[in-house]
Amino acid sequence: FLSMSTNTLYNDQGGAEAAVEVGQESTPTSSGTAAGFGLFSTDFKKNEDLKEMLESSKESLKLEAMKRIVGLIAKGKNASELFPAVVKNVASKNIELKKLVYVYLVRYAEEQQDLALLSISTFQRALKDPNQLIRASALRVLSSIRVPIIVPIMMLAIKEAATDLSPYVRKTSAHAIQKLYSLDPEQKEQLIEVIEKLLKDKSTLVAGSVVMAFEEVCPDRIDLIHKNYRKLCNLLVDVEEWGQVVIISMLTRYARTQFTSPWKEGATFDENNEKAFYDSEEEKKDQVEAKPYVMDPDHRLLLRNTKPLLQSRNTAVVMSVAQLYWHLAPKHEVSVVTKSLVRLLRSHREVQYIVLQNIATMSIQRKGMFEPYMKSFYVRSTDATHIKTLKLEILTNLANEANISTILREFQTYVKSQDKAFAAATIQAIGRCATNISEVTDTCLNGLVLLLSNRDETVVAESVVVIKKLLQMQPTQHCEIIKHMAKLFDNITVSMARASILWLIGEYCERVPKIAPDVLRKMAKSFTAEEDIVKLQTVNLAAKLYLTNSKQTKLLTQYILNLGKYDQNYDIRDRTRFIRQLIVPNEKSGALSKYARRILLAPKPAPVLESAFKDRDRFQLGTLSHSLNIKATGYLELSDWPAVAPDQSVRNVEVIEPVKEWAPSVGKAKPPKQDDKFYSDSGEDDHEEEEGEEGSESSSSEDSSSSSSDSSSSEGLSFCVCIWVNIPTFGPVKSHELLHHMTGKGLSARYHFPRQPCLYQPNMVAVQVTLTNGSDHSLEEIHIGDRSPASLNLHCFNTIERLEPEASVTVSMGIDFSDSTQAANFQLCTKDDQFSVSIQPAVGELLMPSSMTEQDFCKEQGKLLGMNETSATITLAAENSSSQSLSKQVLSVANVGVVSSSENNIHRFAGRTVSSGALVLVTAESRESSTALLTINTDKSIMASMLLRDLKQALAQA
Amino acid sequence: MIHSLFLVNASGDIFLEKHWKSVVSRSVCDYFFEAQERATEPENVPPVIPTPHHYLISVLRHRIYFVAVIQSEVPPLFVIEFLHRVVDTFQDYFGVCTEAAIKDNVVVVYELLEEMLDNGFPLATESNILKELIKPPTILRTMVNTITGSTNVGEQLPTGQLSVVPWRRTGVKYTNNEAYFDVVEEIDAIIDKSGSTITAEIQGVIDACVKLTGMPDLTLSFMNPRLLDDVSFHPCVRFKRWEAERILSFIPPDGNFRLLSYHVSSQNLVAIPVYVKHNITFREGSSQGRFDLTLGPKQTMGKAVESVLVSSQLPRGVLNTNLNPSQGTYTFDPVTKLLTWDVGKINPQKLPSLKGSMSLQAGASKPDENPTINIQFKIQQMAISGLKVNRLDMYGEKYKPFKGIKYMTKAGKFQVRT
Repeated sequence: FLSMSTNTLYNDQGGAEAAVEVGQESTPTSSGTAAGFGLFSTDFKKNEDLKEMLESSKESLKLEAMKRIVGLIAKGKNASELFPAVVKNVASKNIELKKLVYVYLVRYAEEQQDLALLSISTFQRALKDPNQLIRASALRVLSSIRVPIIVPIMMLAIKEAATDLSPYVRKTSAHAIQKLYSLDPEQKEQLIEVIEKLLKDKSTLVAGSVVMAFEEVCPDRIDLIHKNYRKLCNLLVDVEEWGQVVIISMLTRYARTQFTSPWKEGATFDENNEKAFYDSEEEKKDQVEAKPYVMDPDHRLLLRNTKPLLQSRNTAVVMSVAQLYWHLAPKHEVSVVTKSLVRLLRSHREVQYIVLQNIATMSIQRKGMFEPYMKSFYVRSTDATHIKTLKLEILTNLANEANISTILREFQTYVKSQDKAFAAATIQAIGRCATNISEVTDTCLNGLVLLLSNRDETVVAESVVVIKKLLQMQPTQHCEIIKHMAKLFDNITVSMARASILWLIGEYCERVPKIAPDVLRKMAKSFTAEEDIVKLQTVNLAAKLYLTNSKQTKLLTQYILNLGKYDQNYDIRDRTRFIRQLIVPNEKSGALSKYARRILLAPKPAPVLESAFKDRDRFQLGTLSHSLNIKATGYLELSDWPAVAPDQSVRNVEVIEPVKEWAPSVGKAKPPKQDDKFYSDSGEDDHEEEEGEEGSESSSSEDSSSSSSDSSSSEGLSFCVCIWVNIPTFGPVKSHELLHHMTGKGLSARYHFPRQPCLYQPNMVAVQVTLTNGSDHSLEEIHIGDRSPASLNLHCFNTIERLEPEASVTVSMGIDFSDSTQAANFQLCTKDDQFSVSIQPAVGELLMPSSMTEQDFCKEQGKLLGMNETSATITLAAENSSSQSLSKQVLSVANVGVVSSSENNIHRFAGRTVSSGALVLVTAESRESSTALLTINTDKSIMASMLLRDLKQALAQA
Repeated sequence: MIHSLFLVNASGDIFLEKHWKSVVSRSVCDYFFEAQERATEPENVPPVIPTPHHYLISVLRHRIYFVAVIQSEVPPLFVIEFLHRVVDTFQDYFGVCTEAAIKDNVVVVYELLEEMLDNGFPLATESNILKELIKPPTILRTMVNTITGSTNVGEQLPTGQLSVVPWRRTGVKYTNNEAYFDVVEEIDAIIDKSGSTITAEIQGVIDACVKLTGMPDLTLSFMNPRLLDDVSFHPCVRFKRWEAERILSFIPPDGNFRLLSYHVSSQNLVAIPVYVKHNITFREGSSQGRFDLTLGPKQTMGKAVESVLVSSQLPRGVLNTNLNPSQGTYTFDPVTKLLTWDVGKINPQKLPSLKGSMSLQAGASKPDENPTINIQFKIQQMAISGLKVNRLDMYGEKYKPFKGIKYMTKAGKFQVRT
């Protein structure tokens, strides 16, 4: 047998194959070798061969055996009887073998506690190994073995690892804390001590893991966070992405207990305010007295430091920042998260699902946040059904007077969808729109009535149900619809719809006096064959008719009540007995029957159609509980804002060496040099070097959230290390007025140059025009009319059929200016009016960037000398003396590209004119005493002089 | 956080399980199978399913469900994002992420999962770090390992784990230093019956393949950075530099990675590079329907529209089709009712068309909805938003790298309603 098994082993040497073979082993197969096994190995020693391999002296055989065992574990097969054989190899020199043994140990130690203890000494030895990876993995395995006896050993190992020099080992110890806690909750107090120690750790590697441990072990010990709050905020960008999620969600809870609400009435938090608390202390105090609400600087710190994470590629991080803003930011700041959330909708289906759920909750309270992105929620036929329903939900939430016509048009397409569940949901949505926006109630109702003749039963049934609800709100004018529905009644088979129609007829039987008894007659005939819900409504209808029109329906009612009396369903028997006592007066019925009319025909309140996400905001956004709309195990409530802020000074940190100098101005302070700060360091250093500004040296302090020594009075200043240098981003696109709304009879227009290549023709300049209707009526047929000069080559935008009041639309057009700054004149027409307008381009907009190397630039420049060269010496404004701001100014004036330069003081820019493609080369050479020589080389000499003038102006002015 | 992971194939078998804490019985998946049965399509299984004692969060990729078992409150996106990262890692290691590939490499899969999570919390998800810990299997290495007995597992802590640039390993060496960037844009659009655009937006990514020696520090600038409305970055990009100057400055990871993805929103004007003329009609009472489709290019700036593929889910009533493509091949699956037409390249002189008739179930009434047409296409050497890279510079290293930038436009979810 032995030789036989070794033989087989040699046959299948490849690790992968072996794993597959193991699977076949347990169920006898036809393959030759396995069949051979089948003969010899009985069930209880089916893993005998593996045991022998593990006991052999050959490393490769052992490894092979372990690989097959891992294969067994992966399939969920039981391999626990191999434990003694496996555990012997725990001290193996071969690292892969060792790792696989670890995998096995962690899986089975719980079941084989006594044997598992054999391995402990090996781990204890490994915990002292000079290699940090070995130390860390020993701790990982030791803490994963769920054997209660070794709790003291684990505790000791964790404490030791928490002070290890390697941050990786410290991280592992943070994970081990949670494992030990779940094994033995009694250790809580000791573990909290370790957590407290690790929270002070400055390594970004540890931060996420220790906060995770904090959340698992002692989420209520908020006091442990105080001193580390600023550090965590400042480290946040550099923490690994998973840690970011955990820290952000913990800080959200923290902030809700420590800061006052920024949502109070009249709370205005603006830039002035923000500046105020960075400025001197006196000014701050003034502000406090003047304003009812000033945001705690630490609150602001959190908001500011999480914002860049909206750009993360990790969707969980983006979502957690979004929920933080939702729960903590002043109302007007929340909308910064919109764009990022909408971006996530491009991600995987499952991500879409969660994000859409959260948007649905947000969009109920804050329509405005997502309204501009309405089109991103349009349904595609390829979306999964639950995605479609969520999008529908959001579209319904976003509906208002202005966009309802667009949304209803979109819904019309959905109603026709082949996915009938989705079509039904759309009808519900139409119903909600109709009740929320009274202007469209009639339109919706008519549309729904049309759907009654749809061939699909679910669609018809859903329409009936929704129409019923709508009619209840304004029954007076709608006899016709009720009549129509009564006519359709025979063809409708869905019981819910039939029941709804019966209820409607009963409720408004006095408006359809002729039809109602007839329907009752039909129902009497088919009563026994109906569904329960229909039977109940038939009894209802009969009772109501008996009260209003007893002459015609007395007999019918009695017949139906008799049928109901002997029905199989006791609900129906019950109802029948009740109705009979109520409406048919007899000696026993007493006083109640007098009130029968008032009971049955009482005016009923109309149902309110509400979003399914209405009460979801009781849960913190982004959580599992929110997603399921039930409280999940371990969900931590978000507390309400405290009425009075707790002591702020608890967050102040003792500084090891007091900071010597303070530069009071904003954003000049240099962050302390810290090796593990990648983003923040390099980013800020760059600016400072380029701007030539020297901040105060606070690098002596080791703590990134260093604060000044007199902590009580100046916490406003204490964290200014984290203030970012506020360089304006690429300035906002300059937009110009095309038509003022006074001259345009309400129509106003502005234009700007997007600096994109024109889509229509390459020699055109792209222009975007934003048209706004400022009048109180809608404008129709907005288009471009005559142009002058007549030869002007112009690509018009498509005629805008209709522009509602207060609405605006942006359209693109292309204009061929033929490289001249002559204005393009044309007429902007509406249905009734014509307005002459003109677009006057700045010369810089007539260019397109051109990329070239420095050599090419110089070569081309050499060809454009003499007449083609224009130059001037200018004095630079102080702000423009740095090379960075100089290029920025040039780029803002002209649409040119930067040519890299080997000389520091020379800046080169290259462009081509849009129409003729002539080269335009700009050189700016900065000289002493903030002057610069500007040179423009091009054969378009008129353009050159105009461009020079513009540049001069831009660079000279502040 | 994450307790256990089960991998379930399309036929509902669990073919791999891994536990990070105490073992959870695989019977917990019964709740998942119930949901799977209820769903009409594989995509319709809800991503989050509550069970009495656990919560199941699943993702579906490559026809495999990755079902994570959760015991207490955790942000669902955290788990979903992690599961997708697992799939990406498998794909990176094995080339494909199929049931067969996972079964063949079950040991590597187990070693990977062991490194990626510790006690259910992500430990190492960066592919560069993982590759130093566990080398991806190659045929050569498998053979060498069987002969020499050496292993796939690294003995040292990956340098990236501790460094300030965890995504890059130290000691990278290449004889040819190259950096390639692909700007790929996808147009998502819905076009209505009359051919006007209901919604259109551009999703772009810049994928990079960087093979540079040492620790290069790159900067990439754009001609028109203003176009980039909403961006998300690889962690290597220095965010503040972008905020201030609109320049991408980064120390790149080694090998392939996604540098940036961006979104040009529907508020900007988006050029639609193809148009569709269609005439799909069903007549009441007749068992025949007409199908007529013509494609043509527009606003492509002279670039050819290639790899065009048209697909459409025809109504259930359609029994068969008898169509005639002017170019390419078409297929119709009478069971799923899916019509696909592989058009190839659009020649502007001779527009491709697909014409003919559809036979309908006799006596059945005419379908109320006309089918939606999905179109895929590619346009080389053009980014439809007009985004253009200005230049790429390298600092920190002395050699001169070879640089290349490629542009491409593709259809994303491009639908035409008829």
